[in-house]
Amino acid sequence: MRDPSRHESETVERFLDSTLESVDNAEEIAVGAAKKAGFDEDELLKIGMAVRECMVNAVVHGNRYNTNKKVRFSVVKNSQRFIIRVADEGEGFDYEHLPDPLAPDNLLRSSGRGIFLIRSFMDELEIRRLEPLGIELTLIKYMGAK
Amino acid sequence: MSVKLSTRQVGDVSVVDVAGRITLGEGSSALRDALRDMVSKNQKKILLNLGEVSYIDSSGIGELVSGFTTVANSGGQLKLLNLTKRVKDLLQITKLYTVFDVHEDEAGAIRSFA
Repeated sequence: MRDPSRHESETVERFLDSTLESVDNAEEIAVGAAKKAGFDEDELLKIGMAVRECMVNAVVHGNRYNTNKKVRFSVVKNSQRFIIRVADEGEGFDYEHLPDPLAPDNLLRSSGRGIFLIRSFMDELEIRRLEPLGIELTLIKYMGAK
Repeated sequence: MSVKLSTRQVGDVSVVDVAGRITLGEGSSALRDALRDMVSKNQKKILLNLGEVSYIDSSGIGELVSGFTTVANSGGQLKLLNLTKRVKDLLQITKLYTVFDVHEDEAGAIRSFA
């Protein structure tokens, strides 16, 4: 017999302006949802920072603060995974060939650590190109995992 | 709370007490402006006290690195004091902890510039 609780999910979705205020807003929503889901303080900090990095990518590098472009932000929680999706409407970037920020030649670069930090803080990160425009980042934290 | 910076002079060392959040926007630009201003005034010994920094993102880390290289390129030294666990963890993850000269004691940090 199917266990209905395994399929139960809660979703929050927002279409946010391409502003730095939206970065704070998304972080607050994600951390609030993660807290409700039972993550501890350490995990809340990591989730918040990962969301911040995603949103900065979307607002600054993706949509370039364009007031006509939105960032689609959603949080989905089910019994196994806590999933955050951030999608912009920008030109995209070559996510398959990002420079390694830990390489000696890159250590003193002033940028290029965002995606690396997201990967460090989350259990999974998926990146995909959207048609006709945009990049979607999917951040996953396993429920009950440390 | 965004970032709050206050500068004091201890001998020939400029100590910048930083409090709050160093994130993209006001926080990181305030730090950048402060460091550039000190470099333009030919201050060569700069100690950033990060003891009251509650949060830092990749942009903030970028500003620390940028400040470090700007000061070094002008013939000076930028050192860090009183890292919180969060900042220390981030500098370790990004392999920057060994790039910076990090101190836990202000008097010792001041002496290290000599």
